[in-house]
Amino acid sequence: MEEILKVEHLVKTFGTNEVLRDIDFTVAKGDVISIIGSSGSGKSTLLRCINMLEDATGGRILYRGKNVLDGLVDEDQYRTKVGMVFQSFNLFNNYTVLENCTIGQVHVLKRRKDEARAKAMEYLKKVGMDLYINAKPRQLSGGQKQRVAIARALAMDPEILLFDEPTSALDPEMVGEVLDVMKDLAKSGMTMLVVTHEMAFARDISTRVVFMADGRIEEEGSPQQIFQNPQSERTRDFLSRFNGE
Amino acid sequence: MTISEMNFFQRMAYIVQRYGVSLLEGAGTTMAIAIICTFLGCVIGFAVGLVQTAEPHKNSSMFTRGLLRTIKLILTAYVEIFRGTPMMLQAAFIYYGTAQVFGINLGMWSAAIIIVSVNTGAYMAETVRGGILSIDPGQREGARAIGMSHLQTMMLVILPQSLRNIMPQIGNNLIINIKDTCVLSIIGTVELFFTFRSISGALYTYFEAATVTMIIYFILTFTCSRILRWIENRMDGPANFDLATGDTLAFTSGLTRYNEKTGGTY
Repeated sequence: MEEILKVEHLVKTFGTNEVLRDIDFTVAKGDVISIIGSSGSGKSTLLRCINMLEDATGGRILYRGKNVLDGLVDEDQYRTKVGMVFQSFNLFNNYTVLENCTIGQVHVLKRRKDEARAKAMEYLKKVGMDLYINAKPRQLSGGQKQRVAIARALAMDPEILLFDEPTSALDPEMVGEVLDVMKDLAKSGMTMLVVTHEMAFARDISTRVVFMADGRIEEEGSPQQIFQNPQSERTRDFLSRFNGE
Repeated sequence: MTISEMNFFQRMAYIVQRYGVSLLEGAGTTMAIAIICTFLGCVIGFAVGLVQTAEPHKNSSMFTRGLLRTIKLILTAYVEIFRGTPMMLQAAFIYYGTAQVFGINLGMWSAAIIIVSVNTGAYMAETVRGGILSIDPGQREGARAIGMSHLQTMMLVILPQSLRNIMPQIGNNLIINIKDTCVLSIIGTVELFFTFRSISGALYTYFEAATVTMIIYFILTFTCSRILRWIENRMDGPANFDLATGDTLAFTSGLTRYNEKTGGTY
């Protein structure tokens, strides 16, 4: 398996508060990794450190063998390879749906306008938002915004897509439409790292599940292993709450 | 009929008839100074506000950090001094000061424009800073996450949105400037208030001249505030989006037509 991202001994502290303690894991091409765990376990911080929205305190993040934290790798260039979908969508409010999906391509990747537009249309069609290209974000529902946000990230042709609780800010009836898009993406072979509370997604779609607790990776394995035969007490505890529902 | 025999309305009519052109010229000067200076003030304000909200990059050297802090300190001093002293005195200070100390005769127009712009800039700097801080941090993260640089993030995402948010304040400043250019009469700029003083001085009709001039001021400010409100509404666009339909059968039912080429509605 082609290794894209490797996280080694990653540490993040906010003041004296240790949020991530010695995180190690690897992402290979085509992996769909779900990161689960209770709130405050460091899941989102891990994702934000990988995308360098937070500065890691220690450890290494190797992207194709190069440590992105040593300051030698161009941060902006790296971010185009590691796309991110946020809980709160973060679509640019001053642009239309189409512009949201082309602006990065034109200004960061220096693509031609028509090329960027064609690419944006391709992905907007994929997420079912091609009829809304002239709408502004505030005219869309949460689920629609999130689908556009996914198309925006995809249009940059990233190698990995990070999802930071993509459905947590959505009304229950909109969760499905976003999850469907993510399922299709996973099936198409996209490499994904998903922080989620959607246990069904973690169980049925991901190729690997990472359970985090107190800033550590408590347990990691195939969905079957984690959901049917968890080794750690903490994992069992956490999952029993979901299974009990 | 002499002035003293006229009633209130006749005197006003007389002023308009005799000094109408002067009043219009004064109003023109006032508007020109107000518009130019509000624009320049916004440019200054954006530049200062941008620097004041800039954070040093985590890899930047001690020197860069020190430089940024020094610049910020100077800009803060600028903002505080120009906000904290009357513009009338600033006008006298700059106009007579440059003449006396540096031997430069600024000329009425350049002096007026410098004073009002620099003053507006000081207010706008704080407004822009507030405007930038008012933008959800998620907008910045969304931009950084697709690889935009700090400059691109500011120019393409944050500033356009801040501009929309501070439009009411820009309008406010324009209106304040229309009125406050009257302090420039201290350095002899022939604007609307100066015209009023000339008329009232020549005819001894303070009440009537003041009424006429006030009406002109009000027309200027009110028109501006309406125009600005219209621009704001234009910037916002409609609150909801009519989904265009690709279904040709639906055209006949009165739904909006779908534009094949651009997508969305016509």
